[in-house]
Parts: sequence; C-alpha cells; structure tokens
Amino acid sequence: MDNSKKKELAVFATKARIGIIEGVHSAKAGHPGGSLSICEVLSYLYNEEMRVDPKNPKWQSRDRFVLSKGHGAPALYATLALKGFFPVEDLKTLRKSDSYLQGHPNMNKIPGVDMSTGSLGQGISAAVGMAIGAKLDNADFRVYTILGDGEIEEGEVWEAAMLAGNRQLDNLVAIVDYNGLQIDGTIEEVNSAYPIADKFKAFNWNVIEIDGHNYDEIEAAFNNAKQTKGKPTCIVMKTVKGKGVSYMENAVGWHGKAPNDEEYEIAMGELNAALKELEA
Amino acid sequence: MADIIKCATRDAYGKALVELGDKGENIIVLDADLAAATKTGMFKKAHPERFIDVGIAESNLMGVAAGLAATGHTVFASSFAMFAAGRAFEQIRNSIGYPHLNVKIGATHAGISVGEDGASHQCCEDIALMRTIPGMVILNPADDIEARLCVMAAVKHDGPVYMRFGRLAVPRVFDENYKFEIGKGNILQEGTDVTIIATGLMVNEALIAAESLKADGISARVVNMATIKPIDRELIIDSAKKTGVIVTAEEHNIIGGLGSAVAEVTAETVPVPVLRVGVNDVFGKSGPAVELLHIYGLDAENIAAKAKEAVKLKK
Repeated sequence: MDNSKKKELAVFATKARIGIIEGVHSAKAGHPGGSLSICEVLSYLYNEEMRVDPKNPKWQSRDRFVLSKGHGAPALYATLALKGFFPVEDLKTLRKSDSYLQGHPNMNKIPGVDMSTGSLGQGISAAVGMAIGAKLDNADFRVYTILGDGEIEEGEVWEAAMLAGNRQLDNLVAIVDYNGLQIDGTIEEVNSAYPIADKFKAFNWNVIEIDGHNYDEIEAAFNNAKQTKGKPTCIVMKTVKGKGVSYMENAVGWHGKAPNDEEYEIAMGELNAALKELEA
Repeated sequence: MADIIKCATRDAYGKALVELGDKGENIIVLDADLAAATKTGMFKKAHPERFIDVGIAESNLMGVAAGLAATGHTVFASSFAMFAAGRAFEQIRNSIGYPHLNVKIGATHAGISVGEDGASHQCCEDIALMRTIPGMVILNPADDIEARLCVMAAVKHDGPVYMRFGRLAVPRVFDENYKFEIGKGNILQEGTDVTIIATGLMVNEALIAAESLKADGISARVVNMATIKPIDRELIIDSAKKTGVIVTAEEHNIIGGLGSAVAEVTAETVPVPVLRVGVNDVFGKSGPAVELLHIYGLDAENIAAKAKEAVKLKK
C-alpha cells in the first residue's frame, strides 16, 4: 500500500478515535478500550474493502458487517458517521435516551448497522446466516464480522465456526480482535481461549495472523481472504486495547469506563496531536 | 358415528412447509438434527436446496436464522420446544425478537404429551418464555387443520412467530372450512354459565367437558384460543361479561401461559374468577402420552370439575 493511502486511512482511524472519546465521554459510559483497538481494521474495511453506499444503507447488494463484539459500538458508529451514514455531531448523543445511537448496535435504528448485536457470541451466527443467504441466492456480497478475543469463550462462537467451516463459506471473514484483555483480567488469567489460530484451523478455516494496526498486513489479509476458495477466513488480529490514548493502552480497567473531564482532555490532546502530525 | 381423524400438529407443520415450497414461496427451513421428528424432513426431501441442517446447536440455529432473515429471507427454524424456546431463549430474544426479524420458530414436541422421553424433554415453559418477548406472536393450534393455517398465517406475518406443535396424534376439531386469523379466538360452542378457554390439544378436551357438563345442567361456552399473543382481549372480556366465570385449559405450566394471559386481561377489565387447568408447576415424567395427560389432569374430567367449581363461585 502506498504511503498516501496509508496516511488517508490513518487520518480516518484517528478521527474515529476522536469520535469514540467524544461519544463515550458525553455518555459518561461505554467501552473505549475495545473500540480503540479496532479503528484501523474498520478504516480499511469501510474505505478499501467493503461495497457500501452511505446514501443507500439498505442496498441489497452491499457487503454486510456484523460487530459481533457489539460493545465496540462507539468505533462502528464513528466509522459510519465519518463515511456519511449519519452526522458526525450525533456521536455525542451516544447512549442518550433521545438518541438513536444505542449502547449496542441496533439495525433498525442506526443507518449502516446490518445486525443488532451486544450479547456476545451471537453476531457470528448471524454473519454465518448472511453468508449462507448470499450463497443460496447466488449473490456476490461478502460478510465481515469482528469478534473479541474474550468473546470467543462463548460456546456459540464455535457452533457458528463449525457450520461456517463445514459449509465452506468463503464469502465470510471473521476478524478476532486479539488484544489480550477482558473485563475480569487478562485472557490467560480468566479462561484462556488460546491458541486462537489453531482453533479456527481445526474448524476448517483459512487463518491469517496479523498486526491489527498495520495497513500492509491488513490489506494482505483481506486480499488473501478474497482469493481463498472453499473456506471461510479468520483474521487473528493482534491489537493494543485502548490504542491511541496513552493511559488506556493495555489497561484492563478501560474496558467499560468513560473518561472523566480531565482524562477526556488528555485523550483529546493526544489524539488531536496525532491527527495534526498525520495531516502535516 | 363417523371415524375421528387423528393427526399430530407436527405432521401438519411438515406438510404445510412442503406446500409453501411447492407454491414457490421464498422460504428457507432450518433444523438442528431433529428433522425426522420435527417433520421438517418432509421439506428437506421435497426442497433440499432450501433446507439447512445446522447440527445439534440450537443457539447457532436461531442466530443463523436471524442472519438469513436479515438478508431478506423468510426462515422457519425448528427444534423441540425445550431446545428452541428453552435453550435458545436468549438468541430468540436478542437476535430475532429485538431486531424483529422474519423468523418463524416451529417448536415441536411441546408439553407433557412428548411422553416416554420424560421431564427433560417435556417443555411446559415455552409459552411463558415467548410471551415476554416484545413483538413475538405465539400460535398454539388445536389440530392439524389449524396447524396448517397457522403456518400459512405465519408466513404472511411480518416479524417473528413462535408456533407450538405436538408430538401426539390428536383428534381433528375443525373442518376444511375453518378460517384462522392471528389474534382472534373463536367460539366453538355457545354457553351461559361458564366459559372454557382452551388452547392446543386441550381444545378437544374442553369440547368433551362441555358436553358432559350439560348433564349437570351447566351451559359452557367453549373458546379456542390458538393465538396466545397477541391475546384476543375482546373475546375474553365478552366471555367474562356473559358467563361471569372462566376456566382456562392448556398443556403448559399454569404459570405464565394461557391462564395467566386470560387472568391478566380479566383482572384489569372484568375481574371475574379465572380457574386454571394446566401443569401445576411440577416437572413431568416418563410414560405413554395419553396416560400422562390424565395423570397431570390435562383432560376433560378435570376441566369439567374445574367448571363446576367455577360455577359455584358465582353463588
């Protein structure tokens, strides 16, 4: 990928991070850690990979995206707003009682959201259903879903993974946000689902391991997925939870907590500085 | 006397799915390794390209159904009531109910009449569970004629539907001219002293009970309530006003099912006594289905006894 493209995607991802902090701070609630970790992959998906039309969010031929780790909603909303699905200003209404921006994604209220999620383990099943639907209709849309590495402790994930592998759903890509942390501690401390890649391989998936903040690796992984026939692809994406905000990075405590006013100022300072540097 | 036709509602379900497939309706049928028993196997045989077996994984069954519905398909998802409404309750609630997707759940082997498999498989909680999901339609047909019509109505309905079918062959109550409409109960027999509101296989028992009550000089109105949600409030209120007491009859826990739904309506409108016939908050056990129905009081005799008790409350 050339540097100007990388810069463009990085600017988008940084703006998304600003949107996340704005939303979560305004709501005084939400999940910043696991939202900040998926900004690069969302930037790539919505700017380079997926066939979507912000003017026609229900376009039947669009590629589908399911945020199986639904608590990453602030990242998805910021991405959709930056793409023009709805106004960026609305991100500050996150989780308010008069807002359409629900705490977790709602497909009927929010333009661009393809599946209501929030209860872990369920989004990947819906993504599998969508991929089967495309195959049944001979439609060429592809289906993308992001799972948390904690989320894959849910048994339903493996029910869905087994069906996707057996049905050779090569129009499906599952991305695992491998940030190593869950609410009660590190993944190893709580109930390790490692090794992630080997598990998906055993379920007949094409598995690619990448750095989730590296655009060259992200691009190569999605290209590999598109060229892979007869198998769904799982991208195990090593990330930093809380990426981009110094005090949130790799900190268990920032899974589901909003920054106070002082912390908000620090976060915005860091992100605006990063943006300025990118745009210089 | 004409022979009584007996048929299990699950058989009617399987046939109705085939009929829809033959008509070219855009439906997809899913099962979780129980196709032979739920009768979706009939559809699998007739339309294999529109049938998917997800294996023994009911949570994923409901999620996959939701995903298919989200891409514009009308989906029928089947398992036993215990594993559909029970095991996959939260998937039905969050992935189907909350986004109000077009998934029709065909739950078979509901109630005590599962028989020999015993309590682990005898689901008497499904109506209660499904009633609490906003926007869910719940249909519990009395016989094969009504079961077919429920499927036809479900496919036309926009949104999730829970259809409850039985394993046991039950006597036919309706004839071919019967018309079914979601949300409407129907009076099978007029009466003035008590109303028996029944659902599922208890409808036939209610008719037998009403006949026997005549000998005691009790005139019973019999109402078939195939739609548990949205419940036919008007018919319940009318019955409460006209007969002053109500007896409900269902093959379900007396908590949270038809009896509760009827009592909720009367308590807020015409507060008359409502006596419930159902499974008295106990688990079932193994045994032949018909024998079990008698053991748990799910029969005409118990309905008649409750009706007499109800009439006494008026004096």
